[in-house]
Amino acid sequence: MSTQDATLAAAADQPTITPVVEMRDIELGFPGVKALDGVSLRLLPGEVHALMGENGAGKSTLIKALTGVYGIDAGTILVGGTEHRFAGPAESQAAGISTVYQEVNLCTNLTVAENMLLGREPRRLGGIDFKAMNRHAGEVLDRLGLDVDPRSTLGEHPIAVQQLVAIARAVDAEARVLILDEPTSSLDADEVRVLFTLMRTLRDRGVAILFVSHFLEQVFEISDRMTVLRNGRFVAEHRTADITQLQLVQEMIGRELEVLERLDRQPAADAADAGRPSVLKVVGLGRDHSLEATDLEVFEGEVIGIAGLLGSGRTELARLLFGADGADAGEVEVGRRRGRLRSPRQAIDAGIAFSSEDRRAEGVIGDLTVAENMILVMQATRGWFRPIPQRTRDALVRKYIEALDIRPADPNALMRNLSGGNQQKVLLARWLLTEPQLLILDEPTRGIDVGAKAQIQQLVARLASEGMSVVFISAELEEVVRLADRVVVMRDRRKIAETVNTDLQVSDVLRVIAGEDEPERLATATAAQEARHG
Amino acid sequence: MVESTQTAERPAEARPSLAQRTLRNPLVWPVLALLALVVVNVAVNPSFLAIRIQDGHLYGSLVDIARNGAPVLLVALGMTLVIATRGIDLSVGAVVAISGAIACVYIAGASDEGAVSTAIVAGSMALGAAILLGLWNGFLVSVLGIQPIIATLVLMTAGRGLAMLVTDGQITTVSNGTFRSIGAGFVATVPIAVVVALALFGLTAWLTRRTALGMLIEAVGINPEASRLAGVRSRTIIWTVYVFAAFCAGIAGLMIAANTSAADANNAGLWIELDAILAVVIGGTSLAGGRFSLTGTLVGALFIQTLATTIPTIGIPAEANYLFKAVAVIAVCLLQSPQARAALTVRFPSARQEGVA
Amino acid sequence: MSAATLDPTSLGSRLRGYRPPDRFLPVIATTALFVGMFGLGAVRYEGFASPQVIANLFVDNAFLVVLAVGMTFVILTGGIDLSVGSVVALSTMVAASTLQAGWPPVLTVLAVLATGTVIGLGHGVVIHYLGIQPFIATLAGMFLARGLCYLISVESIPIRNATFSDFASATITLPGGIYVTWTAVIALACVAVAAWVLHRTRFGRSVYAVGGNEASAMLMGLRAARVKVGVYVISGFCASLAGLLFSLYMLSGYSLHAVGMELDAIAAVVIGGTLLTGGRGLVVGSLLGVLALGAIQTFISFDGTLSSWWTKIAIGVLLLVFVMMQRFFTRRSA
Repeated sequence: MSTQDATLAAAADQPTITPVVEMRDIELGFPGVKALDGVSLRLLPGEVHALMGENGAGKSTLIKALTGVYGIDAGTILVGGTEHRFAGPAESQAAGISTVYQEVNLCTNLTVAENMLLGREPRRLGGIDFKAMNRHAGEVLDRLGLDVDPRSTLGEHPIAVQQLVAIARAVDAEARVLILDEPTSSLDADEVRVLFTLMRTLRDRGVAILFVSHFLEQVFEISDRMTVLRNGRFVAEHRTADITQLQLVQEMIGRELEVLERLDRQPAADAADAGRPSVLKVVGLGRDHSLEATDLEVFEGEVIGIAGLLGSGRTELARLLFGADGADAGEVEVGRRRGRLRSPRQAIDAGIAFSSEDRRAEGVIGDLTVAENMILVMQATRGWFRPIPQRTRDALVRKYIEALDIRPADPNALMRNLSGGNQQKVLLARWLLTEPQLLILDEPTRGIDVGAKAQIQQLVARLASEGMSVVFISAELEEVVRLADRVVVMRDRRKIAETVNTDLQVSDVLRVIAGEDEPERLATATAAQEARHG
Repeated sequence: MVESTQTAERPAEARPSLAQRTLRNPLVWPVLALLALVVVNVAVNPSFLAIRIQDGHLYGSLVDIARNGAPVLLVALGMTLVIATRGIDLSVGAVVAISGAIACVYIAGASDEGAVSTAIVAGSMALGAAILLGLWNGFLVSVLGIQPIIATLVLMTAGRGLAMLVTDGQITTVSNGTFRSIGAGFVATVPIAVVVALALFGLTAWLTRRTALGMLIEAVGINPEASRLAGVRSRTIIWTVYVFAAFCAGIAGLMIAANTSAADANNAGLWIELDAILAVVIGGTSLAGGRFSLTGTLVGALFIQTLATTIPTIGIPAEANYLFKAVAVIAVCLLQSPQARAALTVRFPSARQEGVA
Repeated sequence: MSAATLDPTSLGSRLRGYRPPDRFLPVIATTALFVGMFGLGAVRYEGFASPQVIANLFVDNAFLVVLAVGMTFVILTGGIDLSVGSVVALSTMVAASTLQAGWPPVLTVLAVLATGTVIGLGHGVVIHYLGIQPFIATLAGMFLARGLCYLISVESIPIRNATFSDFASATITLPGGIYVTWTAVIALACVAVAAWVLHRTRFGRSVYAVGGNEASAMLMGLRAARVKVGVYVISGFCASLAGLLFSLYMLSGYSLHAVGMELDAIAAVVIGGTLLTGGRGLVVGSLLGVLALGAIQTFISFDGTLSSWWTKIAIGVLLLVFVMMQRFFTRRSA
């Protein structure tokens, strides 16, 4: 708490202004997960306040706690100086808080004007006055410089336009507080400019704007102050002018203070130079709106670390490599197979394994047992009519429960009752059972406790030394740098750098991610190091 | 996201007592309900449990319940697997009618109406047609991706018309001893219908629990996306369960037609899909898909049939059966619904839903 | 940024380039189907294309129109109501038995309407507040209503009340010597009121919003609870009103009335172009859907050689066609 007080004090250089929204020591839990743990936030009138943090830091949860979508377990929420607890979005809206959520939360089956005025429609003679509604909506859209017919159906417009309509709805509500959760993720540069102009106008009118974005440049361009969260905890509050991008990224990603056991891992010499066989080679792999054409080659027994912030394309790359999403461009060469992977099943048959970043939605089968979850992929590839014999199955499951130290060590426990770290280990075991050539791990250590994290890192190192290739994606750069033989840096949905990891420092990678360093410098820096070592 | 580390340890520490574990078993409530019905029957009619052998056949109320409940059990077996994949099959009643119609029309038109071979060909044709209808449903659901309730509504509506087309709108009566025995015959003192139903029950249990089919069906029903990423061929699995459901309905159709030696396209299997869904739900399989219990379905089917038998026995008009079914559905759903439970235990249910952004 | 500003060069080019909005396409398809069916009938059978045949469609299907109107509300929110057929039967029973007991007709009408509305309210509460799937909740309602019928009487009860029978046989003669019954007028009024509510009131627009995206509607501050309970209340009310019309049509109350009528209502709504997943559809479409179903029956009765079961098969085929069309629409907009 002391650091928090200090930073709050440091930023409180406008002591005369009462915050329009103040959240103090908010705690909020879901079954088995603590999503917010003592988080505080102060929004001043007439400022753009950025809420920063990686995936799972608790940004969206904090917003939903403020608007009453979720109830809080502890803490206080002051709006305009008085304590409030909203029972739902309708109440927070009535109190002057307008929100544009991350996913466009509008009804695509209604018209643009209806979406802007739903619940506030002008009425005449007991019925909705569509003429007045369309006129009013048209005026608001004009004022925002949006050329959209208010009578057209919302679903006919691209996502970017829908997003702007959502913002128009929020602006039109004459709010004191405007919350924009990732409003720019689907906008192009011109649209972002329109939005920023609008935000500045509103700010100058005294509206407090809470802005969430993973585009650092945008945050530094538009925001006045910011609050940083990590793993559901408050990290710091800053004036934007007082902090550099590098510092911010460091705070968002954080450093684990605990000393992890040293990994007995010598970064392999450049695998390509060593003449090892290629396991997977992709050329120009890409997909509209998610990844620009990317080349990558993975050699036997090496760990490729992928670094980059949320939205940089790191997850999109992994999904395309596994065939979880279909690629629109590029070619994949895996073993003797050439051509794109059209389904996860094809990837699995080609010896690829993929552990998704979204454990709950894309990995865990909650109502099945640990044992069933573990053997799922193996069984799926064998076909349903060839069950794994009970004895083999028991032996395999027991072996992996022991090897990965899964607790409770009960094969018949229901998967949903396990903690996140243990669930992750079961999912790893699910893939290891198939003895893949290439293991793609997307954020395997996110949201799990420190002990399990160290165990998973050691496991990855051991697997690679046994000849398995691993693509390791993590938001934590320490992890990536510690484990990887080669590091790929992603930004803006494309690969911006790739280098062999000889004595690479976290700070080198950070600078590339933060855009302070030209990507080429990373390569030259490591080339120089290589020369020194070589 | 911060994990609480305690959740994982808890089950190991506090082992629930036998009584607690029994109460937690999802089969407890349906079994208790069934027992309660039996007790009511015995109180009204002390000879309810009596089974006697007459002419080498078993007779008694329990035997009647088992025999009359066989078609619903069969249909409910298929329905259980369909529901486990998050689906539903409304067309089984129509398939029952079509299957009976095809068999009877073939037998009635055969040159040797009474022959064993005629009965076998008729049965095979009926089951073949049922499988085709199942393929059709499965195609709509798994390939075209149409919501199951709508996809099967098509055949539910058109199916009875097709059955009448087959019988030309008449009630087709047949006289074939072999065919009749499927519904009304006995083997080793036991009604053949019961033997067939139990055999199929056993086969289904074996197929789902001794092979990996059951687990894969559950995986698809619980988390379709995770199953896809784990390489499960969910399209094939979903298609298969609709074929299986139609196959079961086909057998039930043969049984119903054989029992009266007649095909009544209008009334054969009328509302059997609702009874089957009810049996599945009473048996503890959630309509939201996932974990299924064939034993539960068996208990549910017996419960429905016993209820139908009990009501006239205790002097209430048979038609009031509907009221009791309504009460049963509501009670079971309330027991299964998390919101209802929360509302019963806590006065103000928290509106919070699971899921962290 | 797309749409909107068409170049107003020439009216002609604009007219040629005119495409009706997507949301009207299903209703246009239903209309085309209805007109096509009628045209075929007119060509094949003498006397088919008479205005009285069209008027009879309204007269003979008045109750189904009202039922489909209520079902449209429910389906627009993405729900379903299986109980409506049973509620129709229950309504005829309540009407017949209360009249037999000597109640004044006004009181009978109120009792019937209250019955359906209360059942609908029960559905809404169980579905929204207890989180039970609409399919199962209304299935229970279906059993319940049918069971209550039998509690009232197992036998059919005739309606001999003079007010009722007079009203049932009263007709309005339109220009051209065509006559319609008051029940048809009530059904059309019901459609008009429903269309007004759906398109001109906040409640109506909220129905579309909830059906389009319930989570969004909630986040936009709409009271989803009121909408979700409301549509089942409306459906229950419409079912009992349809029951009144049906008892006028049959002049009796019977437990076995209207068996399976819920399927006809659902079929009419789907054929009328309403999306079963909710959010899209017009009440006028449901009216056209009922007329299309009625036209099939008229077609078959005019033909004389076609058997009655072709009705069911034809309805099934139509359902299939429209379900496929819906699938195509949703996939395109997804």
